Amino acid sequence: MTMRVDLPEETLAGVLAKAFGNRSFLIGFAITLLVAAVAILSFIWTPYDVTRLVIADKTQAPSPAHWFGTDHFGRDILSMIMVGARNSIAVALVAVGIGMGVGVPLGAFAAARGSLADEALMRVNDLVFAFPALLSAIMITAIFGPGAVNAIIAIGIFNIPVFARVARAGALAIWPREFILAARAAGKGMTQISVEHILPNIATLLLVQGTIQFALGILAEAGLSYVGLGAQPPMPSWGRMLFDAQTRMVTAPWMAIFPGMAIVITVLGLNLLGDGIADILDPKSRRRR
Amino acid sequence: MSLLEIENLSLAIGETPILKDVDLAIAPSEVVGLVGESGSGKSMTALTVMRLLPHLARTNGRVTFDGIDILGASEDQMCALRGDDIGMVFQEPMTALNPVKTIGEQVAEGIRWHTKAGRAEAEERARKMLDRVGLPEAKFPLSRYPHELSGGQRQRVVIAIACALKPKLLIADEPTTALDVVLQAQILDLLRDLVAENRMGLLLISHDLAVVTEMADRLTILRRGEVMGAGDTARTLSDQFHPYTRELALASMHVPARPKTHLAGSAKPLLEVESVSRDYPGRRKSLFRPAEPIRAVNDVSLTIEPAQSVALVGRSGCGKSTLARMILALDKPTAGAIRFRGETITGKAEAELKPARRDMQVVFQDPYGSFDPRQKVEKLVAEPLHLLEKQPARAERREMVAHALDEVGLGPSDMDKYPHEFSGGQRQRLSIARAIITRPKLVVADEPVSALDVSIRAQILDLFAELNQKLGIAYLFITHDLTVARAMSDEVLVMHEGKIVERGRTADVLDNPRSEAAQALVSAAPDLHRAIARRLQEQG
Repeated sequence: MTMRVDLPEETLAGVLAKAFGNRSFLIGFAITLLVAAVAILSFIWTPYDVTRLVIADKTQAPSPAHWFGTDHFGRDILSMIMVGARNSIAVALVAVGIGMGVGVPLGAFAAARGSLADEALMRVNDLVFAFPALLSAIMITAIFGPGAVNAIIAIGIFNIPVFARVARAGALAIWPREFILAARAAGKGMTQISVEHILPNIATLLLVQGTIQFALGILAEAGLSYVGLGAQPPMPSWGRMLFDAQTRMVTAPWMAIFPGMAIVITVLGLNLLGDGIADILDPKSRRRR
Repeated sequence: MSLLEIENLSLAIGETPILKDVDLAIAPSEVVGLVGESGSGKSMTALTVMRLLPHLARTNGRVTFDGIDILGASEDQMCALRGDDIGMVFQEPMTALNPVKTIGEQVAEGIRWHTKAGRAEAEERARKMLDRVGLPEAKFPLSRYPHELSGGQRQRVVIAIACALKPKLLIADEPTTALDVVLQAQILDLLRDLVAENRMGLLLISHDLAVVTEMADRLTILRRGEVMGAGDTARTLSDQFHPYTRELALASMHVPARPKTHLAGSAKPLLEVESVSRDYPGRRKSLFRPAEPIRAVNDVSLTIEPAQSVALVGRSGCGKSTLARMILALDKPTAGAIRFRGETITGKAEAELKPARRDMQVVFQDPYGSFDPRQKVEKLVAEPLHLLEKQPARAERREMVAHALDEVGLGPSDMDKYPHEFSGGQRQRLSIARAIITRPKLVVADEPVSALDVSIRAQILDLFAELNQKLGIAYLFITHDLTVARAMSDEVLVMHEGKIVERGRTADVLDNPRSEAAQALVSAAPDLHRAIARRLQEQG
């Protein structure tokens, strides 16, 4: 007898039911939602104006007036973290967008064409991959000057080979399947098959990689801002805040602790979310957590 | 006394009942067949004996093996039994072996674990066992890896692992389903010999009545977890006491009605294949010498006329599927030409192929793999409509899909379902609906029924026959199953190692095969009639 374990039905209701039973997804989703909400809130309201310097209030410890304390210019750290979230999310989102937008078509094309085109594309890919995100970012900002936009582009370029690889690997596993052969027998071309059959079947893979790259993007932005190549003052950024806190670690530890916590929690939330999505959408996953 | 005794065994997984009051007994050196269609609980019965059931399974009843109460035994006791006193052979030889270990290691592993023998001694015994299953040292040293072996050879290794410790009971779960008929006959012979040599009990699980009849002394027929008939093989099948037994026996011998047969030479050819060859790059033996190409298809010529049904038979790896792909213009021939309706299709650009593709469709073997799991039936079945000159509007397209579904016996409401909501047989119907939606002149079917149960197989063959009679579709059936060829085709081509070695009218070729390859196929093919007759004769 063929032991054919049928895949569970992938209806929306089924996926939702699974989502609510998945702890890492729920926690990750809650954290991500919180961070996003804080970022949106910062557009209309922050406890204090982050561009106004109040020297009299400088480096105050956390208190009812300033929950997370103030920095060396007397700015409220909670407000800065809120505005910084906006910056971090924007950078990471656009960077993932660039990576997906360019990388996925490249990877899908390489998988569809095979042979020489595949080889050439993937070797160029390796070349880009060989430069760490930070290094390529430094290179780009060195040429075009520092700033949030250039940081986004730099991180985005780093993302391209990542998505190209994932897309290619996923697509290569789909291409030899019989339903692709059936589509070819129906006269569909490479592009049409890639869009209609390949992409929907590797979407899960890309989504999960997307959340991972999103988290890495936030880290990269923090890193770039830390070395002064990201968002420029007075625009607050988590990485910049850490940089400013560096020399005051002993006298004003809150200046480092809270932005650091913001980064850790956001990245953790995104990783849990990605893990959760992978579990939920993978019909074969029997992992319990 | 029985070696294995299953009494009133019931099994449920979660809330789903799987087995109900199953009784079965096996004596030493007896072969018992367990027959049933997919989902009937055959494999679950075997897994219960091995106590390898999924976690949520609850069992009731009694299973005794050699005096040990299996359902009550501790896990340690079971570990000692498994692989030592009870061996198991699985269906898929490609995945049943660990790809990163040598065959020697894998055979010796069980010997060392159960007998605490040293490495040298275990390897010596492994060597003997591999010799016994027909893998001699000269060609198959212990250091071979599974990927260096063919499917049949791998199944021999799996059998060597299962029988290395001379188990009292061997459970073989569809041991030959993934193999072609010639290999199947060899493996069955091997199993029969091992049973005789070691006085081993054999539980042979299969959906193929003919195979079981040839092998088993007694058989048990399962349906939806219940025993539908049991007893002496020949008597059970010849008396056909139970209606389901009769149903099964009839379905496995089913020949669809095809009043209009087509004789060659009566019309202008629809498809002409002219001395087509296909080379694949071979393995490089040296850095400086170019690799010798492997010739998968060698100088093949054939013609198919409108409404003619041609079967291309041959063992696995003989080049049948490669030839089919070239005919479908999914692969390019190295040499030769293929003409469809008088027009050459080899070497044409995809855009120019559109009209030809419209009249030439395909049905694949695996009803599970041939549909994109993320699309709905409407889109899947409508896929070839893309070849039409004028794209139909949405309403018209739905109309056409509904019509095609109707022709294969499915309803219009099936249009909005996903492929996983259908059973294997229904999916094969979908596959056929997709193939006929453009009203093609030729359908190439690559092993279209080999993944299906006998009763569903009979239905699908009927459907093929009906469409041939009604719509005048010509078929190229690619198969290693001679019963399909006999039931469905006007003409048979026998392919062997890339060449067509014999051709002629179906009955002529299959009744009086002249070439060696055809003779091997015919004599190895299990035949229910013949098997029952022989059994009855043996018993006098």
